[in-house]
Amino acid sequence: MTSPSQTAVSTSETPGRASKGLKKEKKSTGGELVGRSPGQLMWARFKRDRTGVICGIVVLAFFVVAALSPVIASLYGKSPYTLYGSEDPSLLDEFSYPAGPNGGISGDFWFGIEPGLGRDLFTNLLYGMRTSLGISLAVTILVVVTGTVIGIAAGYLGGKTDYWVGRLIDFLLAFPSQLTFVAFMPAVIAIFVAPGDETPTYIRVIALILVQWALGWMGLARLLRGQVMSLRERDFVEAARITGASPWRIITKELLPNVVTPILVQSTYMLPLFVTAEAGLSFMGVGIVDPTPDWGRLFKTAGQIYENDPTFLLFPGAAMVIFVLCFNLLGDSVRDAFDPKSGR
Amino acid sequence: MLPFLLRRTIGAVVILVLLSAFTFFVFFSVGDPALMACGKNCTADNVALIHKNLGLDQPVPVQYWHFLVGIFAGRDFTLGHCSAPCFGYSFATKQDVWSTMMDRLPLTASLAFGGVVAFLAIGLGTGLLAAWKRGSLLDKTVTGISMVLSSVQIYILGPVVLGIFVYSGIMAAPQYVNLTSNPFGWFMGLLIPWLVMATIFTAQYTRMARSTMIEQLQEEHVRTAKAKGMPARYVFLRYAWRGSLIPIVTILGVDLGSLFGGAMITEFTFQLAGIGRLAVDSVVTLDLPMVMGVMVFSAALILFFNIIVDAAYAFIDPRVRLS
Repeated sequence: MTSPSQTAVSTSETPGRASKGLKKEKKSTGGELVGRSPGQLMWARFKRDRTGVICGIVVLAFFVVAALSPVIASLYGKSPYTLYGSEDPSLLDEFSYPAGPNGGISGDFWFGIEPGLGRDLFTNLLYGMRTSLGISLAVTILVVVTGTVIGIAAGYLGGKTDYWVGRLIDFLLAFPSQLTFVAFMPAVIAIFVAPGDETPTYIRVIALILVQWALGWMGLARLLRGQVMSLRERDFVEAARITGASPWRIITKELLPNVVTPILVQSTYMLPLFVTAEAGLSFMGVGIVDPTPDWGRLFKTAGQIYENDPTFLLFPGAAMVIFVLCFNLLGDSVRDAFDPKSGR
Repeated sequence: MLPFLLRRTIGAVVILVLLSAFTFFVFFSVGDPALMACGKNCTADNVALIHKNLGLDQPVPVQYWHFLVGIFAGRDFTLGHCSAPCFGYSFATKQDVWSTMMDRLPLTASLAFGGVVAFLAIGLGTGLLAAWKRGSLLDKTVTGISMVLSSVQIYILGPVVLGIFVYSGIMAAPQYVNLTSNPFGWFMGLLIPWLVMATIFTAQYTRMARSTMIEQLQEEHVRTAKAKGMPARYVFLRYAWRGSLIPIVTILGVDLGSLFGGAMITEFTFQLAGIGRLAVDSVVTLDLPMVMGVMVFSAALILFFNIIVDAAYAFIDPRVRLS
């Protein structure tokens, strides 16, 4: 049997020391040889990639805006929880849709008003992005750390460890991921909260992170296992072993620097997937629930009211498409910068 | 071939048993399922009665054993006999879990089938075209569009398409019509969800088909075929195409497994009551037997398509030996 991941691993090239040494010499300017680390080379290549730089800035802007959402909201003078519709009844018409044109967009409400409750969409989107990006970032970090540790351990130790890690991965891969997120949310929440009690928002956030983490790390672990297995047999690792380096030293000083590329590339591809998955759960009503602002929850509302108020979808939708698109393009740029051989 | 299938099937069954055991223990150890089955205005007597009726007064491992036996041999409840495959009765609707799932299956299967046909046809078609005309304006357009589309989500595109075609009155709202009694109605009812799914899934296949084709066209056997004067189209479609199938089949296997097990977000966006919708609704009402049923069913489909994909490798690439 050829499992797809194995074939993928064997074809993807591992950056070797020798090829990097060659490039170092080629890139040096003038007659003098200037040593540049692989990191510097990557950065130099990345800076030349205009799409990558622009997308990097856009993605960074999303994170900054999300992180600063309370500051921006206080400057803007509104809160995502206040029901402006009931404070000022003239904002909503008799069907409780925004009275103004285009979903109630005005100088006071930049992105319009939510029908029904009359909350401000602009602050809801900002705070919602903060929730979604925060959760996805946490999931990505946990998944990358877990995948790296397990993948390198299985690849380096081999034998029984490798066998059982492989079986565990097979087992976890059989779980229908989206359905499992949905199905295990109540169970994970029940660990923290007694039945009948109100579930605090932070528990929901923790549960969302835990379920996505538990089923997220296998891909990276498998990839790294394969890479480490082939690196383990290379001469420089052998040399380190003969000189008496401890396994810890071999893993951190010899193996880890050689798998930084796949880790970084995979994590840039991973984050937008987690953002959309988290938004999908909230869209179905099993992630973050009202009244906590969340990107996905806005799509739930938008879908329900689209027939009468299509403007509501515009800003959250456009923001998400731009974010995911830019992140994917950034992922491609990071991959190209690290590994110029893999042309598109 | 047969030993391979047998071995993989046994492996899949082992994984299914482990998976269902894990899920069962988590679900039935956390909190009291009887309280959920009982609903509001629950008295202690009612809870005791439900415990007895559903066998919840026994230890969890014993309950799981009964659950497992029930799937293969059927099972007797105080309320009546439940014939195999028996996944128990829903807490919420008191219906047989298996027959409820089978009621929802035609919609989910139709959705998945039509979606797969649509995105495979469009995705592979455009991907091959882009690889054939590599570097041209057509290639750049296709690559650009597929990059953008891969960033759009069903819950964003869905309402927009519904707004254009349904809310404006051009078409009826998406719905499931029985295929055998009204094939045309079936087709028209699911056309919008299919096209929206196709739009979103296509991007992945376009990019995959294009990049693997470009890779394949640089292979030596392709160059040899060209050098000995074979028509370019023949080389493209017979030599290179076959080699590029493996990665495509791999991602297709993953998508098939998750689509047939219930395309939850698609079903939510278009308000279709398939297996995905059933799963989410049962989770919200904490209808544990139903959630168990859908979990096992979807996992079984994923494992089934994994085996099919691995077997397909042998047909595509004769060098692959099924051992």
